[in-house]
Amino acid sequence: MSLRIVVAVKYVPDATGDRHFAEDLTTDRDAVDGLLSELDEYAVEQALQIAEAADDAEVTAVTIGPEDARGAVLKALQMGAAKGVHVEDDALHGTDVIGTSLVLAKAVEHIGFDLVVTGMASTDGTAGVVPALLAERLGVPQVTLLSEVSVAGGKVTGRRDGDVASEELEAALPAVVSVTDQSGEARYPSFKGIMGAKKKPLETLDLSDLGVDPAGVGLGGSWTAVRDATARPPRTAGTIVKDEGEGGRQLAEFLAAQKFI
Amino acid sequence: MAEVLVYVDHVDGAVRKPTLELLTVARRLGEPVAVYLGAGVEGAAEVLGAHGAGRVLAADAPEFAEYLVVPKVDALEAAVKAVGPVAVLVPSSAEGKEVAARLALRLGSGVITDAVDVEAGAEGPVATQSVFAAAFTTRSVVSRGVAVITVKPNAAPVEPVQAAGAVEELAVVFGELATGTRVVSRTARTSSGRPELTEAAIVVSGGRGVNGAENFSVIEALADSLGAAVGASRAAVDAGWYPHSNQVGQTGKSVSPQLYVANGISGAIQHRAGMQTSKTIVAVNKDAEAPIFDLVDYGVVGDLFNVVPQLTEEVKARKG
Ligand SMILES: Cc1cc2nc3c(=O)[nH]c(=O)nc-3n(C[C@H](O)[C@H](O)[C@H](O)COP(=O)(O)OP(=O)(O)OC[C@H]3O[C@@H](n4cnc5c(N)ncnc54)[C@H](O)[C@@H]3O)c2cc1C
Ligand SMILES: Cc1cc2nc3c(=O)[nH]c(=O)nc-3n(C[C@H](O)[C@H](O)[C@H](O)COP(=O)(O)OP(=O)(O)OC[C@H]3O[C@@H](n4cnc5c(N)ncnc54)[C@H](O)[C@@H]3O)c2cc1C
Repeated sequence: MSLRIVVAVKYVPDATGDRHFAEDLTTDRDAVDGLLSELDEYAVEQALQIAEAADDAEVTAVTIGPEDARGAVLKALQMGAAKGVHVEDDALHGTDVIGTSLVLAKAVEHIGFDLVVTGMASTDGTAGVVPALLAERLGVPQVTLLSEVSVAGGKVTGRRDGDVASEELEAALPAVVSVTDQSGEARYPSFKGIMGAKKKPLETLDLSDLGVDPAGVGLGGSWTAVRDATARPPRTAGTIVKDEGEGGRQLAEFLAAQKFI
Repeated sequence: MAEVLVYVDHVDGAVRKPTLELLTVARRLGEPVAVYLGAGVEGAAEVLGAHGAGRVLAADAPEFAEYLVVPKVDALEAAVKAVGPVAVLVPSSAEGKEVAARLALRLGSGVITDAVDVEAGAEGPVATQSVFAAAFTTRSVVSRGVAVITVKPNAAPVEPVQAAGAVEELAVVFGELATGTRVVSRTARTSSGRPELTEAAIVVSGGRGVNGAENFSVIEALADSLGAAVGASRAAVDAGWYPHSNQVGQTGKSVSPQLYVANGISGAIQHRAGMQTSKTIVAVNKDAEAPIFDLVDYGVVGDLFNVVPQLTEEVKARKG
């Protein structure tokens, strides 16, 4: 029986750019170039490795976002995913984590799945909760924050390196898995992969295709609301000295003046 | 007065500092009620009571340790039903965020993660977040349901305030999903004996410039002279020089100490995301152009192998 793997990939503003909020206090997506969230590259990589280790498996990449967000799916297809799904709808603008998980759950159900793989967190919202919410919505186990993952015999196992302990986890499929950046380097798309991606199926869906009520998503449907956003004041220029043999002592002098020693 | 649930993060009964900070935050919103899951509530209740928790709802069951996240969500959901709080506060650990999010969904509530401050407001609790690698500060509210908010370490001072800390049994019925993900085994992290990274008042970090696992002793010596925690950049962690649990940054820990000392770290955006809110920042780097110098209160352009040992000696001498 074939293993159906869905990998959730988010399109985010480049973290090395000057990220801003738009007037409605949502992410200003025009100010900076977007890309596939780097942490989701790890998810695509593990999805592909799990598929390669299985007899018969198919990886579908799914994203929710505006027109450009297609770029995230395209990158996943270039890396080796077989199919893509892009959920795009004007009503989605400003959706919170609860709404995002709703739409993702509907999309994943639409595609059909045995395993959902996600990143540990997006590089913009950085909430790190969509995988857990997805599992709650789908009514399947969450096997999250894995630095090592494998699937065999209808089970997913993995290692979760936590704050105070490292845990070996196990759950039966279907399940939602999230992987960390410790799970293994993500592959670069090959030339063949880049050329081949253009021919792979990429389906675009809107909320009505998924039977999602637009009132439950977007800025208006969010269960949280941003009241204001202010740029962090630039730090006042510090003192910089060149070490001419006394650098350590000079630094100690500063720390003492600040009462750290 | 309105009650506020505080989810207790503890290790074998030892309440972790971020939970005590949450009790301070909770008192701004109402009367704190602690929710304690697992064994060892007797000792913990005393500590929680001494920090303002009037009631301590406690449940102990093997499920909390044997299965991932969901049993704790079931318990918190039961606590919310029993108390009817105006807000639920959860420490922003990886697990805390997952527990909070699932709870919020069940309650029909919005969830705010990684708050660095929470204040009472006309529309309910107002949460401050530090976002886009700390380039922006936002203030948000939960606009639907009971506010569920996860709060980062160091968001508030720990303040002793005597309250009853009365233990009450919390009845929990586990749902079907509770036993979905089994914890097959658990290996505790060995303690370095140094302060916990996210809780420390001073953090001394090393990056690629440290150039080898054995050289981290230079960083550790400085940390020990200052009573600090040791951090590392991802480059140092990926090279295998220091454990991942000490990584500071976007995919590591985010720290907000009184003093952050960056040694041989360039200051990439993903590293800054984890330390930019430190009160005072100092750096040692041999490249005068390194972006870390844009953040510092005091910077030394020089070889860390000369500067750091000299600093360590000086700290020791001054401390006598
Ligand atoms: C600065 C900022 C702060 C925010 N704070 C909050 C908040 O406190 N509360 C709140 O409810 N919302 C908040 N949001 C909105 C929230 O981040 C978005 O709704 C987002 O789409 C989902 O959350 P995340 O990006 O944090 O995802 P995370 O939970 O960090 O994402 C984890 C994984 O889920 C998958 N995933 C997430 N989004 C998508 C997507 N659109 N398409 C495909 N896969 C996806 C990816 O695999 C990703 O690696 C915030 C957004 C921003 C930009
Ligand atoms: C999705 C994603 C997540 C990431 N998450 C994190 C994260 O959580 N934390 C993190 O740190 N990074 C993270 N990174 C990596 C980040 O982009 C940088 O690559 C990393 O922070 C660089 O580490 P570094 O400053 O130690 O190394 P480098 O950038 O190589 O800098 C080394 C510095 O040491 C100086 N130096 C060298 N020798 C000496 C000497 N003898 N004395 C003094 N100075 C010296 C050099 O001048 C240089 O400035 C992430 C990247 C991505 C894409």
